[in-house]
This record gives sequence, structure tokens and C-alpha cells, in this order.
Amino acid sequence: MTSAQEKSETLSALDRPNSYIGKTVPRPNLDRLMQGRGLYVSDMELPRMAHVVFLRSPHAHAKINGIDTSVAKQMPGVIAVVSGSELSTVITPWVGVLSHLKGLKSAPQSAIAVDRVCWQGEAVAAVVASSRAQAEDAAELVLVDYEELDAVTDMRTALDPTTALIHASLGDNLAFERNHDAGAVDQAFAESDEVVEAEFVFGRHTGVTLEPRAVVADWNAAEARLTIYQGTQAPHMVQNIAALHLGLKESQVRVVCKDVGGSFGIKVHIYADEMATYALSKLLRRPVKFVADRVESFNTDIHARDHRCKGKIGVKRDGTITAFEIDDLTGIGPYSMYPRTSAIEANQVVNLVGGPYVTRNYRARARVVFQNKNVMCQYRAVGHPIACSVTEGLVDLAAMKIGMDPIEIRRRNLIADDAYPCASPSGLRFEQLSHHAALAKLVKMMDYDALRAEQAALRAKNIHRGIGIASFIEVTNPSAAFYGVGGAKISSQDGVAVRLDAQGSVICQTSITEQGQGSESLTAQIVGSVLGVSMDRVRVILGDTDNTPYGGGTWASRGAGIGGEAALQATKVLRKNILDVAAAVLQSTPGELDIVNNGVVNAIDGTPRIDLSELARIVYFRPDTLPPGIQAEFMATRHFVPREYPFAFTNGVQASWLEVDTDTGFVKLLKHWVVEDCGTIINPQLVDEQIRGGVVQGLGAALFEKCVYDERGQLTNANMADYLVPMSGEMPDIDVGHVVSPTLETELGAKGAGEAGTAGAAAAVTNAVNDALRPLGTIITEIPLTPQVILTALGRI
Amino acid sequence: MKASAFAYARATSVTNALELLTAHGERAKVLSGGQSLLPAMNLRLVAPEFIIDIGELAELRGVVVREGVLTIGALTRHADLLKSPEIATHAPLLADAVAHVAHPAIRTRGTIGGSLAHADPASELPACMLALGATIIARGPNGERRIAASEFFVGIYETALKPEELLVAVELPVSPKNSTHFFHEFARRHGDYAIVGLAAQAFVRDGRFANLRLGFFAVGDRPLLAKSAGKLVDVVITSAVLAEASSALNDELDPLEDQQATPAMRRHLAKVLLARCVSSLLDRPDLYAGVSA
Ligand SMILES: Cc1cc2nc3c(=O)[nH]c(=O)nc-3n(C[C@H](O)[C@H](O)[C@H](O)COP(=O)(O)OP(=O)(O)OC[C@H]3O[C@@H](n4cnc5c(N)ncnc54)[C@H](O)[C@@H]3O)c2cc1C
Repeated sequence: MTSAQEKSETLSALDRPNSYIGKTVPRPNLDRLMQGRGLYVSDMELPRMAHVVFLRSPHAHAKINGIDTSVAKQMPGVIAVVSGSELSTVITPWVGVLSHLKGLKSAPQSAIAVDRVCWQGEAVAAVVASSRAQAEDAAELVLVDYEELDAVTDMRTALDPTTALIHASLGDNLAFERNHDAGAVDQAFAESDEVVEAEFVFGRHTGVTLEPRAVVADWNAAEARLTIYQGTQAPHMVQNIAALHLGLKESQVRVVCKDVGGSFGIKVHIYADEMATYALSKLLRRPVKFVADRVESFNTDIHARDHRCKGKIGVKRDGTITAFEIDDLTGIGPYSMYPRTSAIEANQVVNLVGGPYVTRNYRARARVVFQNKNVMCQYRAVGHPIACSVTEGLVDLAAMKIGMDPIEIRRRNLIADDAYPCASPSGLRFEQLSHHAALAKLVKMMDYDALRAEQAALRAKNIHRGIGIASFIEVTNPSAAFYGVGGAKISSQDGVAVRLDAQGSVICQTSITEQGQGSESLTAQIVGSVLGVSMDRVRVILGDTDNTPYGGGTWASRGAGIGGEAALQATKVLRKNILDVAAAVLQSTPGELDIVNNGVVNAIDGTPRIDLSELARIVYFRPDTLPPGIQAEFMATRHFVPREYPFAFTNGVQASWLEVDTDTGFVKLLKHWVVEDCGTIINPQLVDEQIRGGVVQGLGAALFEKCVYDERGQLTNANMADYLVPMSGEMPDIDVGHVVSPTLETELGAKGAGEAGTAGAAAAVTNAVNDALRPLGTIITEIPLTPQVILTALGRI
Repeated sequence: MKASAFAYARATSVTNALELLTAHGERAKVLSGGQSLLPAMNLRLVAPEFIIDIGELAELRGVVVREGVLTIGALTRHADLLKSPEIATHAPLLADAVAHVAHPAIRTRGTIGGSLAHADPASELPACMLALGATIIARGPNGERRIAASEFFVGIYETALKPEELLVAVELPVSPKNSTHFFHEFARRHGDYAIVGLAAQAFVRDGRFANLRLGFFAVGDRPLLAKSAGKLVDVVITSAVLAEASSALNDELDPLEDQQATPAMRRHLAKVLLARCVSSLLDRPDLYAGVSA
């Protein structure tokens, strides 16, 4: 096992006295948020601001024969009613493809539908009024003449020649296909003692952020500049895209993103209605606000998952896994989402299946098809829950077949902790993972043997409890390999600027963003630790393209690993600059000095020499007293992007302990454990809560969440009463443990932690349910595991 | 998600509320706790032109016990029921049931009158009214009407109330000493409307039911006082007797399909509830194992 200490002989900047690294410190923004002083876009008011409401298609697929806005335009408070073709004079359409996803195709998508709607919920007209209520009143009076077309809703028949084409220009409904073949799969299956197959079905679900998507766009004609206030994870990406399609230079667009009420990947995309809002502001020359209401959130926030994946595993009697094979199918809605595309999730499934295991034999096919349903795209742990559920489900089925304990089969097949660096059968490179250490820790934390004994004792009383295990890998800290190489202007590097101000306080501008993960806190912890100042002196500024360095933002578990390293490197430079000036002032040498507790001290014995505030006073107000030739530089900027590895993989293992009521089909979650390895832990509490929050979203997928469409493409549960998000009452205690294998690619050593919980939770639950149902001979490979699904599988209804 | 424009008046007395109701008729809606009405208005599922807010009518709020009758004012909040010592003593079934209604924030505003007038077939309180033999008191322009709970619920969101009537109170006979009760519901998450639920009130003597009232909810378009309970009264309960009652119950059910369950699943769960209820009230674990095997 590697550990932070073994990494280097000498103490790094992080191991300095009073370091905040590895400590649970309260988030600096907590008081502000708790006292109701957050700056959420939903709350924003600007002078002359108008509100837009989108009239949305009630049909999954229909031709628009005409739109009559005359009555709506006469309604009180209405400023404008704008159709798709009218708006197309201001903003150009887009196509959500990337060149590295070979063969991916999609059709041009407009901000507001022109001539045709392709899913229930697509905007057909914008109603702009003085208040949201007035706009809603007027929207009811916009008359649209629709001619319904055949809707493509079932992904299984989307490619049939008899199925209607969604975009005639594309020739078929296939958006993307990837095939992968490594090792000798057929031979491996032939040489296996057992081969097990299953089809895994994943419900479509979505992210359900507490604050819906919200934008205020403010076109200032005098400056010829658009300011976009938006709850987004990637401000510079928004700047680039808005400028591109409005015919502006990037310098004409400023994106400001203050507090965001949850994102989970939902807010890392560019949505048609957001584009329409930017365009409306430009068209109407005034601020326009759009806040999605809950119903339109369900109909337009990206959905995710919705895969059907056939899987096959070969195993020898001694437990050796010989090969994996999958055939994955997913339906993504009528367009590939912009600009990250909707092929990434299927692509990830191909990348990740079998990833924790030694076998080299792996064959995969993934097909991505168009449908007349809401768009699908990247949501927390993109592809991971599918790959993990398929892999871990197959491993358990194999273990069951040969009568081996689920822990034992994993012990025999997980990549050894000393085998790194190495690569997965799909070619992913692993720097250092810790599957075995994590599994050993998990077994201890959950007291596996005692739990098995308890399970056996309860089975005798007709109580059906199950244990489910799921090992996983997680993609974090992506380099340009994710999007940049495919042509998307989404930065994979991040920048941080730090400066010492006149009273010795520190201002830090970073290009990563905060949606509750703790980006602000981890940045302040790193800056405070490296510089030697207390965190309360560090002020972190995020989310403003005018006022932060250029960078990617916060997504794909990259904020700490990439933005954190930039903060570390920038602060090291500032520290050196400060010590250079201090040495000149104190007639010492930089090597003899250090900064501790907001002051310069003797490195050798800690004797205080000069306070940073005093040094700053001299530098800013009495530079005349500095020795000749000294130009103090109390601001430093550094950028960072991973160059050695395309992704910093992390790993971990989860376990679920639950009870199935076989009479009712209800599942009671009793306990959940996670051991994960995200490298250096900056703030243990933040990491643990990221894991727990991620697990809860995974448990939601396992038991509750599903966007239910009918055969005509109508979303039938677009509200919080019928779409069941996981709630605290049903959540088990979640114990989190860590193994620490820092990445050597950065001095910080941090990898991502944001998606690990979501990656494996559903797999652990499904395996536990099947473990519980084992005496009944029932196996279920479909989520969510609703009572209806379980009772049906048990043959009770 | 904003309600359509509406006119609003806060009633100053029951008489005033009735005057307003008479004046505005079907175009008006009474606003009580607002926990069902306001979401429906915000979703524009309903768009009443006139809202009569009865929230300040203190005379409609509270629980009184007099001469063996428990009277609960229409404006009594779910949270009040949960805390009330009178309810705990004289109608413990209701206290158990209310804990399953929604979440604390909603229980703090929602009222019993609103819940009964709303008549959601998946609601807990209407079924309790059946099991407890309640009388619903309505007041209209022509005075008071007393409606037996078994006559009150007539369909999905439909009751015997007339548009110009106000539900003012419910009366329950005080639960006799030594009576027992059972409440259970299957809901996907705590606080959700039930997939199927059962509120039962019973009197057990010498290991037999002397009296058994089974109020099922979410099994049809209205709560159901199961006649099949009769098959379990004054007999020694065996698996065979229970199975017979279960099949009679099946004939009484007319479950609906929704997001959470098919009719078949509702029938199945109702029968599971029946078995669990009987087994629990008689303290006979053998009966439940028999049915579930
Ligand atoms: C998230 C959520 C979860 C919920 N879960 C449950 C649940 O699990 N079980 C459950 O039973 N309920 C549930 N409810 C509903 C809740 O119990 C409501 O309080 C109740 O249904 C209505 O009571 P109210 O006082 O809020 O009535 P309101 O919403 O004010 O009114 C409801 C209807 O009754 C009429 N009305 C109200 N009072 C009178 C009166 N005195 N006379 C005549 N007509 C009247 C109104 O005009 C309206 O049509 C839930 C609500 C929410 C928001």
C-alpha cells in the first residue's frame, strides 16, 4: 500500500505545521448560506427584468402547422411572444457531436422548435412578460396547430426498418455504436467451466436538483455585452457556447455563477431553453429570467441511464473469471446533447465493464439510439452505475453458479495492489489502485462473517436478508481526453490566482466552481496550508469569467484534483515571492525563513520575524524603504492539467445489508458501507459527505427513481409526488472508510471523490436483494427494484 | 407553476363562510390547510375563481369529549391530532394513522376537515372514519346535516358534501375499553400516500373477534369498510376461515392502477394486510405464516 508519507522523503508544502490538509474544518461559506445570504440565480432581480415562460409541446413527436400568438400578445404584462423561427434570426442551431466518438451523429437542434417537436416538453414558443404568473397566463392562450407524428419510444425497436425515422437526414435512428474486442473471448468462454448470462435493465432517471435550472441573461446594448447569471458547473463553457451561437466574441459574454442549489451533472450542459433565454435578452434588449419549474425540470433536465445491457461471464471452478462480454443498448432522446454529447455514457459503459478485474478477455458492443423522449446525457457517475451493476451482477452470478462466496471470488480476481501501473481490458491505464486493501477493510468494517451468521439464523425464521458487494473503479481528474480532443471547447485545465493584500489577507481566484461540494473550502484549505496563513484570511472567488482564471469548472470529480493542484502551485509561487521580499527586508535569506501563522518566522526555531500584514504594508505603501532593485510580486497564478494519465482512476468497494419482505416486495435498507480511495484527503468530512450523498443517489436509482414514459412518449410522473426521490426516512446508515493511494502526477495527490458513491450503490443493493432471494431461486437484474418488480419476479402477483 | 388569478376572502365566522359559499357556489373553494388545494392550484389542475379561507375560524378547531362522543373540529390540524391526549385515549387508531399522513411540515398545516372533504381514496383519515363509525357534520344555508362516514365518501375526490356546505366537525364514539386496533399501510416512502392501507378497530373476547371493523384505503375509488370482516366475527379463526375471508375480501375490492401498483398487486397487498391484521390482533403468528407461505 502506498501512503502519503511514503511518497517523498522530505516534507511537502502540505505537511507544514498547522496544515489544514486532512482536517475537517467547517466550510467558509456555511454561515452565509445558513443565514440566507446565498446568491442564487432564482432569487435575482434586475431593473427592467422580464420573465420568460416556455410553451412546451404536449406531444412526443409532431409537426407544427402554425402558431397563433395574437390573443396571448394582448394579455396583461406580456412583452413578447416569440416562436422558434423568429428566434432563429438571433441564435444559430447546434449539433451535439464530438470527433473522437467516431460515427456519432445528431441533427441540428434549435433553441425553440422550428416546424417540428421531437419530445414532450420541447419548447415551441417563448412568452415574455413582466411576471412569471402573467407569462403563464398568456402561455395558455398561445394556440399551436400540431399534427401528431409516430413517436419512437422503445429503444429495442428503434432500429427496426419499420420504425419511423426521427431525423430523415440521418438515415436511421442510430446515434452511435462502439465495438471493442480484447484478448480471446470465444476461446475463454469455451474453456470456462461455467458461462452465465443475464440482461440488466436500468430505469431512466434524473438528477432532481433542489434549485431548478435558472438563468438571468442581460444584454447590454450600450456595451454590446451579454452578462449571463446562471447556475452552471462550467462558466467558461457557457461563455464559449453562448458567444458562438449568438455571433459574439467570447469577450462580449460574461458568465457569473454564484451559489447553485445542487447540480449533479444536470447543470454542466447547455439547454435549448437557456440558449433561448440568452437570445431573448439580446432580441428584447433587456434582462430576461428563466427558472425552470418542477414539471418542466422533469421534462427537460437531462435524463440518464435507461440502458438494457446483456452480459455474459465465464468462470472456472476455482473462481477464475475468464471473460466478460456485454451488449449495451440505450435510448438518448431525439438529439445528442450539446456540447458534451449523449454518447459518453454508453462509451463509459464499454470502458468500465470488468475494470476492477484481472481478465484480459473482454468483448463489448454499445449502441445508442434516438427516441422521442427527453434528452439524456451525463449525470453523476456517468456510465459507472451501469458498468458496475453489470460487472458485479455477473461476478455474483458466477460465484453463485460455482458455489463460491462473493468476497472470495473477488479476492481471486481483483487486480493485485502491487500490479500497478497496468491497464484494463478496454485499455484504461491505472496508476495505482487498492482493490484488495479496500476489500479487506470493508470485510472488517461490516464484520462480514458475523453478518453471514446472522443472515443464516434469520433465514431459519423466514426472514430474508441479503448482503451485496460491489467493487468499482471511478474516472476522475479527466485530461483533455474527455472532451478537448473531440473538438469541444471545454477546458480540462484550471487556473488559480492568489494574492496577498495590504493587511496580509489573501484573495484567491479559481476557475473551479462550487455547487455544494466544498470547492471553496478545499481551495482555502490548500492556500492557507501552503502559504502558512489561517483560513479565515483566505477569501476564495469563483464563478465569474471576468474575474477568475480560465478553466473547466467542477464536474467529473475534477475540482480538488485539478483545481486544487493549481491552487497549491500558485500558492507555492506566492510563498516564494513573499519570502524573497521578507529576506531582503530582514537581511536574511529565503531559505532561513518560513511563513507560519500569518507571519514570517525563522525556519530553524520558529522565532517570529515579521507579520505578513507588516510586510504587506511596507510593500504596498512604503516600497521606497525596500532595498534597491526589489519589485515585490505578491500575486501569483498557476494552471494545471494532468498530462501523464488521461484520467486518475480511483477505486473502492461498497456493501449493502438489507431485508426483503417477500410477501410485499418491499426492501428495507439496513446498512451500507463504502471503502474508497481518492488519494490525498483534503477535508475528511467533505469527502465522506460526497460519498454519502453519492450513495443516496445510487440508492434512489436502485429502489425508487424512474422517469415513467408511456408508449406514446408521455412522461407520466413529472412531479415530486410520483417521481420518488430517496428520502432520509428510507436511507440506512452509511459507514465510510478510506484507503489512501495518492496520485504521483500531482504534488497534492488528490483524486476525485464526487461520484464514487453513486458508482457502486445500486450494484450493491441489487446483489443484496438477489442474495436475500437466493433460497427462493429468484434473480432480478432490473432497477429500480420496486415492490411491483419484486412481487412479479417472485410470482406472487 | 403559478396559480391562475383568483379572488380571496378570509371568512370571519362560520356564518360568513356559508354566506360566501352560497354567493359564489361552485366557483368558490374553501381553503383550509391548503396542503391539497394549493398544489393543485399551482399545477393549474384546478382554477377556482374565489377562495374562502376558513383558517381563522377558531370555533372549528379542537377536540372535545362529551358523553361518550369525541368531537373533532374540521380545522383541527393533523399535528393537533398527533399530540392530543383525548385522541390518544379515546381514538388511538386515529393517533396511529395520523403519524402516517405526510411529513411534519404538512401535518402542521393540513386539517382533518380538509382531508375528509378532499376524499383522496389513498388517504388514511377517511378509512379511519369508517373503522371508527364516525359521523360527519356538515353545515349549509339550511342548517346542519349529519352524514354517516359510510355514506360520506362517494368516489375519487367526491363526497356527499354539497357545494354550499361546510364540513364543520366529525363525531366519533369513544373507543370502548379493552377494544384494540391495527393500523398499517404499505407506502414506498414514509409519508407517501399508501399503495394499500388498513385501519382496523376490534373487540376481542376469548380469542375471538366480538366485533371487527376493517377500513381499507387505496383499494378502490373510495375507502372500503370491508363486509368480509363479518366472516371473522364470533368464530374460531383457522387458516381456512381466514382464507375464506380473504377470498371474500377479494370480491369486494375494485382497485385502481397507478404509478405504484397494478390492481393485482393491490389485491395481493390487501390480503397480506388482512392476514397480518388478524394475526396481530389475535396475537396468533401461526395465522400469518399460514397465509404467506
Ligand atoms: C407532500 C404531501 C404529502 C401528503 N401525504 C399525505 C398522506 O400520506 N396522506 C394523506 O391523507 N394526505 C396527505 N397529504 C394531504 C394532506 O393530508 C392535506 O392536508 C389534506 O389532504 C387536506 O387538508 P387541508 O386542510 O390541507 O385542505 P385544503 O388543501 O385546504 O383543502 C382540500 C380540499 O378540501 C376542501 N375543504 C377543506 N376544508 C373544507 C371544509 N371544512 N369544508 C368543505 N370543504 C373543505 C377544499 O375546498 C379543497 O377542495 C399530503 C400532502 C402533501 C403536500
